Amino acid sequence: MLDQNTPGQTLLKVENLTTQFEIEAKSFFRKPTMLTAVNDVSFELKEGRTLGIVGESGCGKSTLGRSILQLIRAQKGRVVWQGKNLLDLTPEQIRLARRDMQIIFQDPIASLDPRMTVGDIIAEPLTVFEPKLSRAQRLERVQEIMAAVGLVPEMINRYPHEFSGGQAQRIGIARAVITRPKLIVCDEPVSALDVSIQGQVITLLRKLRKEFGLTLIFISHDLSVVRLISDDVLVLYLGRIVEAGDCATVFSAPAHPYTQALFSAAPIPDPKLARQRSRIRLQGDPPSPMNPPPGCPFQPRCWKSTDICRTQMPPTELVRQGQSAACYHMDRPPEA
Amino acid sequence: MILNPAKRELLAAELLEAEGLSPEGRSLTKDAMRRLCRNKAAVVSIVVLVLLILVAFLGPYFIPHNYEDPDWAAFRAPPSWEDGHYFGTDPNGRDLLARVLYGTRVSLAVAFVATLVSVVIGVLYGAISGYFGGRLDSIMMRFVDIMYALPYILFVILLMVIFGRNVYLLFAAIGALEWLTMARIVRGQTLSLKHREFVEAARASGQKPLKIITKHIIPNLVGPVVIFAALTVPEIIATESFLSYLGFGVQEPLTSLGTLIAEGTDAMESMPWLLAFPAVFLVSLLLSLLFIGDGLRDAFDPKDR
Repeated sequence: MLDQNTPGQTLLKVENLTTQFEIEAKSFFRKPTMLTAVNDVSFELKEGRTLGIVGESGCGKSTLGRSILQLIRAQKGRVVWQGKNLLDLTPEQIRLARRDMQIIFQDPIASLDPRMTVGDIIAEPLTVFEPKLSRAQRLERVQEIMAAVGLVPEMINRYPHEFSGGQAQRIGIARAVITRPKLIVCDEPVSALDVSIQGQVITLLRKLRKEFGLTLIFISHDLSVVRLISDDVLVLYLGRIVEAGDCATVFSAPAHPYTQALFSAAPIPDPKLARQRSRIRLQGDPPSPMNPPPGCPFQPRCWKSTDICRTQMPPTELVRQGQSAACYHMDRPPEA
Repeated sequence: MILNPAKRELLAAELLEAEGLSPEGRSLTKDAMRRLCRNKAAVVSIVVLVLLILVAFLGPYFIPHNYEDPDWAAFRAPPSWEDGHYFGTDPNGRDLLARVLYGTRVSLAVAFVATLVSVVIGVLYGAISGYFGGRLDSIMMRFVDIMYALPYILFVILLMVIFGRNVYLLFAAIGALEWLTMARIVRGQTLSLKHREFVEAARASGQKPLKIITKHIIPNLVGPVVIFAALTVPEIIATESFLSYLGFGVQEPLTSLGTLIAEGTDAMESMPWLLAFPAVFLVSLLLSLLFIGDGLRDAFDPKDR
């Protein structure tokens, strides 16, 4: 769904991915209540690109990231990675594939085992995937990576609770890159940090991306952060992609009403500009993913909705080169 | 914030100096031990327990009498300094001090054996059940429920028939019955641990499930397990006393605190020392273990004190 013409090798291809959770277990008397967190998501990610995934809380951003990594098993669709569909692999095969795909978590402290030293935490993927390394070699690799993420190697024997959030996130990043993976899913890596630290971590991620040739999936609700790091962007609403495209195009001319509303809600750090612009105020909350509305998921809150929106899911159409959206009433470029 | 190595070293040294810390980290266990050392009741209890253990294991070498040989000159002798029977003798002329020390040793050994067995089984069983979840968890936990429902004493009598001659095997077997509660506690803790992000991080790092249990789940269970183990020790001592009192436990001429108290209660009116001394030992042992268990609980979860 993302631009097919971007040069480069396709690293990851997601087709019609759907992830559902059982809310109430199946019993003899009733069918299970299902919550569809990710609904029919397709996209393609080229090597070396960074894909930003945005959307409000509960729209399925994190579930999508985890479903790609098979930390949550999806129900339908395909995740094609290195020529194989990850959904068909056995748990052991997936475990071995993890060498090349890693994750960075939202809560930096909670993602570090409180009873392990920093050195052991960072070395864990190495002990799994390169068990033949001697103790000294492993120590060397850990110290090298600690230096690369801006941690003082002297802290190798400290425990996670002795670190600040920013430092802890650097530890999480060090753990994710130590096996030199190809893909890293960053699940809101900066939203738990102070703004000043956010900048540092983003800079670090950009530096590592260049140094190690990483492909990133960057999940965030913070549009300015996504804009800073992403090449492409996906806008998710209620588990569906409502708009996708290359970052510059989508940010300069959002086509889907939801994207427009989302962008207009993002704060502008200039009070004069902020007062001048018109904000789109949405009514109500996003509908429950357990009981989605008929037709377009955004239809109950949309100021443009018409009868067709209430009955049929709009198809995804190309808006212009490098941008597509799923809406009957999207803003098309004047020539179209 | 990438610094060149020389500058980085300088910064590190400054940082460490500013915080007054060595580069060695403070582990959570060390923190807990520090808190334990600030708890007066726990420290006193540790001292009492260490003294009891030392006396029980070294004491017999320093007293003139043996726990099983009768002194033909002193039957039913009250405590006295002159003949070396500081705690008196029992109706068979055996030195009570020697028997109390020996009994303490047996009680402690039996309790530690049983606790060790119950901790090992309970932790592994509970962690596996909780971590893998699903059908395996249901089957494993229903088995625990069934074991709970069966009368404890029935098992003990069965085990008596099998291991009757060997006290330590008997209590290892009792430990193998005591693990049920431990398994439930561990399972509950595991259920909450396995959804924590660091466990997911370990999964994302490609760690194998059994390794996740041994490297991440079990180390994070130290708190509740240590606490529960510390509270199991006195429970087993009490169980042993109860079984010995019924005549199921330790057999003559071996003895334990429970057996001594059982004999002492029979002769309570004519020879009160037979009850008093073993009772004092048992009570101080149980109280110190309970206070240590309490202290450990406070030290490991300072939040819910």
